[in-house]
Amino acid sequence: MNIHEYQGKALLKAHGVPVLEGVHCTSVEDALHAYDSLGSKVVAVKSQIHAGGRGKGTLFNPTSRDHVMDGGVKIAFSKDEVKTYATNILGNLLVTIQTGDEGKVVNNLYIEAGCDIAHEYYLAILVDRENKAVLIMASTEGGMDIEHVAETTPEKIHKISVDPNAGLLGYQKRDLGLDLGLQGTALKSFMKSLTSMYNMFVNNDCAMVEINPLVKTGDDQIVALDAKISFDENAEFRHKTWDELRDLSEEEDVEIRAKETGLSYVKLDGNIGCLVNGAGLAMATMDVIKLYGGEPANFLDVGGGANEEQVKTAFSIILEDPNVKGILVNIFGGIMRCDIIARGVIAATEALSLDVPLVVRLAGTNVDEGKAILAASELNIHPADDLAEGAQRIVELIGGVA
Amino acid sequence: MAIWIEEDAKVLVQGITGKQGMFHADKMVEYGTNIVGGCTPGKGGNTVELQGNPYPVWNSMFEAIQATDANATVIYVPPPFAAEAIMEAADAFDTVKGEGVVVCITEGIPTLDMVKAVAFVENRPGVRLIGPNCPGIITPGDNGGAKIGIMPGHIHAKGRIGIVSKSGTLTYEAVAQTMSIDEGQSTCVGIGGDPVNGTGFIECLAAFQADPQTAAIVMIGEIGGNAEQEAAAWAAENVTKPIVGFVAGATAPPGKRMGHAGAIISGGKGTAEEKFEAFEAAGIACAKDPSELGAVLLESLKAAGLR
Repeated sequence: MNIHEYQGKALLKAHGVPVLEGVHCTSVEDALHAYDSLGSKVVAVKSQIHAGGRGKGTLFNPTSRDHVMDGGVKIAFSKDEVKTYATNILGNLLVTIQTGDEGKVVNNLYIEAGCDIAHEYYLAILVDRENKAVLIMASTEGGMDIEHVAETTPEKIHKISVDPNAGLLGYQKRDLGLDLGLQGTALKSFMKSLTSMYNMFVNNDCAMVEINPLVKTGDDQIVALDAKISFDENAEFRHKTWDELRDLSEEEDVEIRAKETGLSYVKLDGNIGCLVNGAGLAMATMDVIKLYGGEPANFLDVGGGANEEQVKTAFSIILEDPNVKGILVNIFGGIMRCDIIARGVIAATEALSLDVPLVVRLAGTNVDEGKAILAASELNIHPADDLAEGAQRIVELIGGVA
Repeated sequence: MAIWIEEDAKVLVQGITGKQGMFHADKMVEYGTNIVGGCTPGKGGNTVELQGNPYPVWNSMFEAIQATDANATVIYVPPPFAAEAIMEAADAFDTVKGEGVVVCITEGIPTLDMVKAVAFVENRPGVRLIGPNCPGIITPGDNGGAKIGIMPGHIHAKGRIGIVSKSGTLTYEAVAQTMSIDEGQSTCVGIGGDPVNGTGFIECLAAFQADPQTAAIVMIGEIGGNAEQEAAAWAAENVTKPIVGFVAGATAPPGKRMGHAGAIISGGKGTAEEKFEAFEAAGIACAKDPSELGAVLLESLKAAGLR
């Protein structure tokens, strides 16, 4: 789960990490008030969306797609400029390298006081799955795309791995600061901020904290100028405040509804809907559809113990996508019995008066009963014995190779 | 032989009085697994009925292992308590016997809890953790066998193919594929789809290589991380038995989590393409479609003079 920069900065501040004064706004009037209240001549006007590359992004009118302004993060030197930038940003579509062409509508702004920057650094905290430990990464090349730095000048990225038993140790913080070329007051300020950031990461069950840039000011203080923070959704049960931080407008409505009913759904661009049990098999089903010339319309895992009702919900979610021209059901029954799935499929096709071709592949527990139930129905359901046959059949039925 | 779990292994169930725990404990007994009881704090001294027979419940894993001399435990405890259940089991096995296998089925454990739990288990070298977020481990036997997890037992048969996979249902698919060419399984291990887990691919490959019952290996990966690449490179140097591979997620879009917490392509890394390339470079025979795993395995067995 991602949160906005302004929310991330509030979290950082609460943990004692220095951030600049800033105000969250949702209207141009708010932005002008914010400018007055901050009392800083120079302010940053920052679009708040859950995607990177905002500064180099482009704003478009969401209906006409006319170009509005270059740059989703602007430095304003006067109240008039704040007005212009806020007007150009709010309600418009911001397209960045991370949003794709469809972009994201900006509903939130952050107006932040300026500061005197002596140097920009990069800092990230994440879980390193290879070492099974928390990893802290830092670089002197702040403000740049870190993947580019990793490719071209990997020696400029410094890493420390935190021993889960010992926690983040003093010498590790010092060494990382020295690697960044920090000394004296700046080194002390860095070590203090890093401790606070690490504590925030652990206390909040973060999945990733990325500060790019982390800056050294003219008076040797370390300040977080940006904050990209995401949480580990598995830990939601112990963080009651996450509900308030969640911006539902940033998530696909249909994916949220799927999750609420215990389904895992991801929309894709193709035209063959799929309904599968198990995440690995669901991915493999998409892959095999593609292998035989089709394009999957979605990833959908109904889980290990789906019932008739969930199968019905799964069908209705798949059919919401107007691109869907056919559906492939692929179930390997374990705990889930094929006869139950077969009944669910029939109930769903009848209830939703399904009018696209449907191929059903059943295997595993009670497969013969399941197949018999499908065969006995009057519905136009095409059976398949294995995944390859199922995929070939559905591609054929929707009119051949895409 | 087989790996880690013999067909008559003595198995405990953590969370045996819960709905999931009891349901699956019953299925395990039905399959022939030697269940010796379970553990639910606060319910010690009671019994649960599985397939018509009573099984004892203990308050702690320490008591349960002392009383039963169990070899393994399987955890069906909800996510908030699962990491602690892993650590309790690891501590108890280490203290009482110096060894044991801990299988965690639970999906949805916070990642930082797993970071802690994995480090805890690694400090107890005799203890092996399998999972979490996995179907478990099964060693089919001559009469039943040891099914420790949620997989459908009846699709398996004792044989000489070792299977290791991140995914549950895709493992069943692989099992069915071995059966389609009249081969059974030595042991099937689901290592789970979480970003931080216990036993990995390399440990499974090493164990299968050393196991006299195993003649060939099926390895199934998915997008995310680089465990498959590392395992392939290791296999190229260390495994002489034929390996057949498949990787799920060739059509998955970048940056989107595909059901499993660990199944995500981040920063362009961890794609199925990379993993297939690593497999091929290591001489692993790949199937691009899981329905072809049987055919590819048969070819590999023939090439190795095993059929």
